[in-house]
Amino acid sequence: MNRIEILEKINHILKDVFDDDSLVVTESTELSDIEGWDSIAQITIIATIEKEFNVRFRLEDILETKSINKLIDFIEKELK
Amino acid sequence: MTTELSYPFDSEYIIRKKRSIRKNLLSQNRKWIEKRIAILGGSTTTDIKDILELFLLDAGIKPVFYESEFGKYWEEVIFDNSRLCDFKPDLIFIHTSRHNLTFLPSITNSEDEITLMLERQYKHFEQMWNHLSDKYHCPIIQNNMEKPYYRLLGNKDVSDIHGHTNFINRLNAKFYEYAQAHENFFIHDIDYLSSQYGLDEWQNPLYWYMYKYSLCVPAIPLFAYSLSSIIKAIYGLNKKAIVLDLDNTLWGGVIGDDGVEGIQLGPELPMGQAYSDFQNYLLQLKKMGIVLNICSKNDMENAIAGLNHPDSSLSPEDFACIIANWENKDENIKHIAQRINLGLDSLVFIDDNPAEREIVRRNLPDVAVPQIQKIEDYIRIIDHSRFFEAALITQDDINRNEMYKANFEREEFLRNFSSYDDYLKSLEMVATIRGFEPIYFDRIAQLCNKTNQFNLTTKRYSVAEIKEIAENDNYIHLYGTLQDKFGDNGLIGVIIGEKIKDELHIQLWLMSCRVFRRNMEYAMFDRLIEECLLRKIKYIHGYYYPTLKNRMVRDFYASIGFQKIREDDSGNTEWLFKVQEHTRLNEFIKVNR
Repeated sequence: MNRIEILEKINHILKDVFDDDSLVVTESTELSDIEGWDSIAQITIIATIEKEFNVRFRLEDILETKSINKLIDFIEKELK
Repeated sequence: MTTELSYPFDSEYIIRKKRSIRKNLLSQNRKWIEKRIAILGGSTTTDIKDILELFLLDAGIKPVFYESEFGKYWEEVIFDNSRLCDFKPDLIFIHTSRHNLTFLPSITNSEDEITLMLERQYKHFEQMWNHLSDKYHCPIIQNNMEKPYYRLLGNKDVSDIHGHTNFINRLNAKFYEYAQAHENFFIHDIDYLSSQYGLDEWQNPLYWYMYKYSLCVPAIPLFAYSLSSIIKAIYGLNKKAIVLDLDNTLWGGVIGDDGVEGIQLGPELPMGQAYSDFQNYLLQLKKMGIVLNICSKNDMENAIAGLNHPDSSLSPEDFACIIANWENKDENIKHIAQRINLGLDSLVFIDDNPAEREIVRRNLPDVAVPQIQKIEDYIRIIDHSRFFEAALITQDDINRNEMYKANFEREEFLRNFSSYDDYLKSLEMVATIRGFEPIYFDRIAQLCNKTNQFNLTTKRYSVAEIKEIAENDNYIHLYGTLQDKFGDNGLIGVIIGEKIKDELHIQLWLMSCRVFRRNMEYAMFDRLIEECLLRKIKYIHGYYYPTLKNRMVRDFYASIGFQKIREDDSGNTEWLFKVQEHTRLNEFIKVNR
């Protein structure tokens, strides 16, 4: 899976979680910029990403992935 | 019933799509039951509340939530937080976990010290429950304690008094003693649930460190579903009857093809054992008052032959209704529902054939149709669906199946009469109609929460509220039991009226569907009039609030001589009766006071 495909899937997850079909994120989006984002939304996103990509976040991973491109970096690394 | 919210659900899907699921549920045109639910948390409760809401909405309950400040479950209770007081909860849920234990033994403590710790830890909770119960008189649901995911003493952690697991088990035991002694107090068994889910996953420390969740987020749907089943039980919204297929459901094989000797049932072989265990499970459910029925595509004689198989634990007498024909099952199930006088939403349909299940699911969306696949999974799927979760199991529940049988005998008996009045007379009915008594508080509350058809106002009462009314002189309260020569129907009627000056306002009048068309409502009205005369009440106000299920009593007050004095656009009506104008209505029932 390449970065564009990962971004696509993440975008889809965010659309579901925020129930907003118009939501679009790019590599440069900071998670805290997303309208309605809070720590509770973050857990939902983490849990969904784990299931969707079959990856596992460690405590430090969650603390370090505060933007979309960091998230994609993490997923890319885990998928290898 | 929404399929995505039926067991076994896709947890990730529910978590991900919770907002749109909520929107869909709220867009349904339903008469919602509003309940104010206070969640007192010892840890984060946000997603628990959100997902609990989905399951409750699916069951027809629209919750209004109160959430305590983070972790402040105990303080808000003991110090009477004003926000909580003003909220006036209908139900309180205390979300604590082992993270809230302040006293835990260490290897150096003596036995006496540990016992003291246990007492102190328990009292911390008991004090809170007593305070809540005194102040709010509403149902309280309390998590028990789950086990820690690590055991300092290894296997001895459970058997040695210094072990944390041992301590938690002892604390839980004290919780259960309290539950046994207090009707309105319910344990939410997360000890079991975490074990079912997988303790290591449930207690993944990441969720505690990051978000102060006492369980992993993917387990929240299971948790919320389990909690919602207790709430549904408290409000009488759980299932009451099962409709079962026969072939490959109650036995292995197809009796029409294999013959009675050829079906798989009994202790000798694995398949037979699996079906025998399933039959025994159903028999146990029947003993708790769940009504069993059959709907099978078979000739009746084959169906009966199968149920009379020597290894069959279930016999034809265990079923209220047996339908074996070649008609569509959805039509048959509708017929069964009518026969046993229950709504379709009280039914569970069990059939191994996915095509049959689909037809019923599509045409009768209120009937629960679990996805059963392998015989070895039937019990687990029915159990984990929590269809028959009970808040109270009363003697009436246990006797329910006998009562159905007596009813069918009465129907047979009726055929002997050309006049219905003669039939009623010859039933030799005897009723007892009295003010509420403590031994009946449970059953009265149960009836209040479960009765939907003959129910003028559909006002719900908890056991505590029934007790209060019984002790309040400003109320006239009556219960009625009815028996006849075929059997005892138990407690089947309830009237509650509030006395304001010299007028009585009937807040509740209900009757169990078991005794429709026997004149019991007339007997109860006659008795109500007696009470009114004693207390010099001049006028009685009756109220009717329409629901999807109580259309049958829309004109009831008119039929006993009330005048309609008000009606609004929603069909809510108010009626008036002058006590003096009453003449005796009941002719056939002997009434004991």
